[in-house]
Amino acid sequence: MRFPSRPAVIAATAVLILTSCGTGTDSGSGSITLTIAANSIQGGKNSESATWIKQWVIPEFEKTHQNVKVLFQPSGVDDEQYKTKIALDLKSKAGADVIDVDGIWVGEFAQAGYIKPLTDVGGPAVDQWEGWSQIPQAVQGLGIFDGKKYGLPQGTDGRVLFYNKTLFKKAGLPDTWEPTSWQDIIDAGNKLKTAGVPVPIQINAGTAMGEATTMQGVLPLLAGAGSEIYADGKWTGASQAVKDVLGFYQQIYGGSGLGDPKLQQEAKGRDKSFAQFAQGKIGILAESDYFWRSVVEPNAGVAPMKDRDQVVGYTRIPAKEPGGGIRGQDHVSMSGGAVRVLNPFSKNPKLAWELLAFMHSAAATKSQLAGQVRISSRTDVNSEVLTADPMLKYIADEVLPTTAYRPGLAVYPQVSTALQEATAAVVSGTSADEAASAYQAKLEGLVGGAANIGG
Amino acid sequence: MNTDAAGLGKGRAVAFVLPALALIAVFLVFPALWTIYLGLTDYRLTGLAAANPQVVGLDNYTGALEDPRFLTSLWLTILYVGGSAIIGQAGLGFTLAWILRARTGPVRRIVEGVVLLSWILPSTVVGFLWFALLDRDEGTLNALLHTPGFAWLLDYPLLSIIIFNVWRGTAFSMMLYAAALENVPPSHLETARLAGASVPQQLRDVVFPRIRRHILTNLLLISLWTFNDFTPFVLTGGGPEGRSEILPVYVYRVALRDGQLGVGAAISFLILLINLVFALAYLRLLRGQRRQQEVAAAGGPPA
Amino acid sequence: MIRHVLGRLTATLFIAVTLAFFTLPMLWLASAPFDDTPTITTSIPEFTLRNFAAILDNPYALGSIRNSLIQGGGAAALVVALAALAAYALSRVRVPGRDALLYLLLLLSSVVTGTAAMVPIFELATRLDLIDTHLGVILVVTGGLLPAAIFILKDFMDETPTSYEESARVFGASPLQILRHIVIPLVRPGLATIAVWALASVWGGFLFQFILLRDPEKAPGSVILYTLYTEGGAPRLELISTFSLLYSLPVVAMYLFVSQRYGFRFHGGIKR
Repeated sequence: MRFPSRPAVIAATAVLILTSCGTGTDSGSGSITLTIAANSIQGGKNSESATWIKQWVIPEFEKTHQNVKVLFQPSGVDDEQYKTKIALDLKSKAGADVIDVDGIWVGEFAQAGYIKPLTDVGGPAVDQWEGWSQIPQAVQGLGIFDGKKYGLPQGTDGRVLFYNKTLFKKAGLPDTWEPTSWQDIIDAGNKLKTAGVPVPIQINAGTAMGEATTMQGVLPLLAGAGSEIYADGKWTGASQAVKDVLGFYQQIYGGSGLGDPKLQQEAKGRDKSFAQFAQGKIGILAESDYFWRSVVEPNAGVAPMKDRDQVVGYTRIPAKEPGGGIRGQDHVSMSGGAVRVLNPFSKNPKLAWELLAFMHSAAATKSQLAGQVRISSRTDVNSEVLTADPMLKYIADEVLPTTAYRPGLAVYPQVSTALQEATAAVVSGTSADEAASAYQAKLEGLVGGAANIGG
Repeated sequence: MNTDAAGLGKGRAVAFVLPALALIAVFLVFPALWTIYLGLTDYRLTGLAAANPQVVGLDNYTGALEDPRFLTSLWLTILYVGGSAIIGQAGLGFTLAWILRARTGPVRRIVEGVVLLSWILPSTVVGFLWFALLDRDEGTLNALLHTPGFAWLLDYPLLSIIIFNVWRGTAFSMMLYAAALENVPPSHLETARLAGASVPQQLRDVVFPRIRRHILTNLLLISLWTFNDFTPFVLTGGGPEGRSEILPVYVYRVALRDGQLGVGAAISFLILLINLVFALAYLRLLRGQRRQQEVAAAGGPPA
Repeated sequence: MIRHVLGRLTATLFIAVTLAFFTLPMLWLASAPFDDTPTITTSIPEFTLRNFAAILDNPYALGSIRNSLIQGGGAAALVVALAALAAYALSRVRVPGRDALLYLLLLLSSVVTGTAAMVPIFELATRLDLIDTHLGVILVVTGGLLPAAIFILKDFMDETPTSYEESARVFGASPLQILRHIVIPLVRPGLATIAVWALASVWGGFLFQFILLRDPEKAPGSVILYTLYTEGGAPRLELISTFSLLYSLPVVAMYLFVSQRYGFRFHGGIKR
C-alpha cells in the first residue's frame, strides 16, 4: 500500500498550504514529550479515567522526570470509531506513545504489525517489572497474543445474573437465589411471569445490542453448554452446544412471554433494559459488573437505584446442567478488559515504558480506583480495595476463577456478528436449528472454509 | 446563456476554474481513485490483511453481489431513494413551492423558515430529535396519538426513515422549484386558467415544459444525496435485523465495524455505478419527454 | 368560484399540516434543555437552567463550537469562492464535455464522502502533514462539497441574464469590473445559499473530523456531542439536549442573517 506520487501531490497542494497557517504548536525546548491516548474524555465518556490521567498520572510522572512533558489525547466515542482512529495512527507510524486498547484488539493489531511485544519496544526493563508478579496469569492473558506480552491489562470484569429481590419475593422466590441449571432460570422466569412481572428475563440478543449480545448472552451460555467459540485452532460451528444456546433463546423469546423480543431489536435496547431493571420491570438480567458499578449505582449511575444494596441480587451463571460447563464446571462467566500498549514507533520507547509501568504501579492503580471501585489487574491492590464492595469481591473470588476470554483474532468481530444474527433470527421466530445452520454457512465464509470449523 | 458576455476569454476562464479543479484533483479525485483501487484488494483495517493486502480482482464485487444482505440493502435503498427523495422531497417540495408562490407575508416566511430549519440543523442533532419523536416507550408521537408502546421504528423502519428524510431534505427541492416557477410567466398560467384548464392540466401543459431542466437538476442531486445519506443510522442503526440497512449503513458496517475496507470500497464503487444508472434514466426520461412534445407541437396545439 | 374557494381551503389545510409536520420533531429541542430531568419525551419542562451550567462545565463544549465555526466557516468560504469562480467560467465559456465532467465529479464525491474512503483520506492528510489541523478538515470537506456547489451555482449562473454584462462591456468595463460590480451582486443570493448549505453540511459531519483531528481542543461540536455518553454507551440526555440547542444556534443565526440580508433562494434579484 505505497503512496504513488507523493512529491507531485505535495507540489500540487503546496500553494494551498502555504497560504494558510501552519501546524506547529510544539514548544519543545529540548525537552521530551510523551503522549497518552485513551477512549475517555473529561466531561464525557469515562470521565473519571480522563481526570485521573490529567490530574494524577501526568503531574506525578513529571515530578520524577523533570525534562519530560506528558500530554493526554482524549477521545470518547464508540469503541469501533476509536479503534479505527488508533489503527490509522499506527498504520501511518504515528500516534501516541502509550495507547489504551481493548484486550480483544491485541491479536489483530499485532497481526497487522501495528504493535510489537513489550520487550521489543521497552527493552529488558520490561521483564524486570515488579508488577508482573501481582497480575494473575489469566488476567495477563488479556495482553498476550501468540505467547507474547503486548500490553499491560488494566483490569477485568465478570458476568453474573442480576435479579430484583423485591420481584423475587413477590413471586415466592428465595432472597438468595442460586440457580444450578438453565431450567432453574426458566422456572424462576415462569414464576415471575405468573406474579405479573412485565419482563421476567433479559438475556441480550440480536444485532442492535452488538457485542453485548455476544458477551452477556451467547458466549456465557455457550460456555455453560461446555463449548468455547474458538478452541484448538478451530471455530465452533453449528454444534450441539450452539443449538442448545439458540434453543435457550427460543425458550425465552419464542412466544413464552419470558422475555421482550422487541427490546432486543431497538437501537437503544440495552439502555432501555437498564432503565427497566431500575424501574422494577425486569426480574433477571445478565450483565457484567459494569451494571453494578455504573448503571444501578445509587449516586452517579446511568439508571441509579437508591436501594441497590438491598434490592439487587447477583448470582453466578449456571451451566446447562451441573458439571456441564467448560472444563466440567458448574458455573461459567466471560471476561474482557482493556490493556495499555506501547507504540512501536515511539521516539522514546524506554521512557514510554517507564510511563506505562508507572501507570500500572500499585500507587497509580489505587489512585485510579479512588473514585470508583472496580477490579484492577493487580492482586495487591484488589485485596486492599475490593473489601469495600461485596459484589466486586464476589466477582473476584467466585466468578473470575471460572471465567473465560474471547479469542483475539481479526476475524472475531465478524464471527461475533454472525452469532448475534443467529440470536436475532431466533428472536424473530426462526427455529434454533435453522438459525444454527445459517450461522454455520456464514461462518464458513468468514474463516475460510469448513476445515477451520470444529464440530 | 453560454455566451462570454463579460469578455472573460479562454485564459481567464481557465484561471477561474483551475483553483477549484486543483483542490478537487487532490482531495477528491485522487482519494476516490485510490478507494476504487482498494476495492480490488482484500485490504482490512487490522489483522494479517492489513500488513500485506493482496489484489483479489473482482472478488469483492462478486462476493457482494452474491451476499443476500447486500441485495436486500440495495433494494431497500432504491425504495428509500424512490420514496423519500423522488416522491417525497421532490413532490412535497414542488407542492410547497406551487402553493406558496402566490403568497407573501408571515405565512410564507414561517413555512419556508421551518422547512429550511429542518434542512440546516446539524445531522447529529437531527437524529436525536427524531428518536425522541418516534421512540416506543417515551416518544412524543405515541404520547400525542395515545398509542403507548407502538414501535414505529421497529414495525415500520423503512417508512420511518423515508418520512424522516422527507422532513430532512424537502427544503432544497422547495427552494429549487420556487426559483424554477419564477420562469413561468404568470400571464400564461392565467390564460390557461381562463381557458378552463384544471390545475393538473396547467402543470402539465404550461409549467413542466418550462422547468424540465430544473427537475433534472433536482432529481440528480437529491437522488445522489439520498443514496449517500448516513443519517438514518442514528435513528435505527440499520435495524431491526437489517430492515432499514440502506447502502451507506451497509458500507459503514462492512468498512468500519468489520474492518473490511476492501469490500467497503468495492460497494462504494457499486453505489457510484447505480447512481450513474439513475442519472442516465433521468436524462433519457426528460429527453424523451421533449421529443414527445416536439411531435405534439408539430401536430398542432394540444386540445 | 366554488372550485377556487375549495382550492384555497385545501391549500390552507395543506399548509397547516405541513407546518405541524415540520415543527413537531423540533419541539424536543425547545423543551428538554430547560427540563430538570429530561427524558426523550417532549413535555412542559420543570424549568431549570442548570443544564446550561452543566454543559459550560464541560471543558470542551464552548471551544468546540468555536472550532466548528473555524472549520465550517473556512470550508463555506472556500467552497463559495472556488465554486463561484469555476461556475461562472463554466457557465459563460463553452467547454466541451463540461456537463459530463461535472457529473462525473459529482459521482466521485459520493465515493469520497463515504466511510470506505477513510483510509485514502487519512493517508493523504498524513503525507501532507494536515493531521490535527483545522486546515486539513477544511480542505477535505471542501473537496467533497465542491462538485455539488459548482453544479448548483452553474445552473444558477445559466439562469441569470447576460444582458447586463453585455451592456457594461459596451460601456468599456473590464471583465473583472463586470464581475465585481455586475455579476456578484446579481448572484449574491445564490452564493449566500450555497454558503449556508456548505456550513450546514460541515456542521453535522463527524467521521472525517474525528479521524483527522487529535487534540480535543480542536474538535468540532459534532465530535464533542458524541462524547456525551457514559462508559456503557448510555446517552446523557441533559447534556446532549442542551448542547444540541447551543450547537444549532450558530447555523440558525447564519441562516437568519443571510435570508435577511441577501434573500435565501436559488435565483437572482432580477428576472429576465
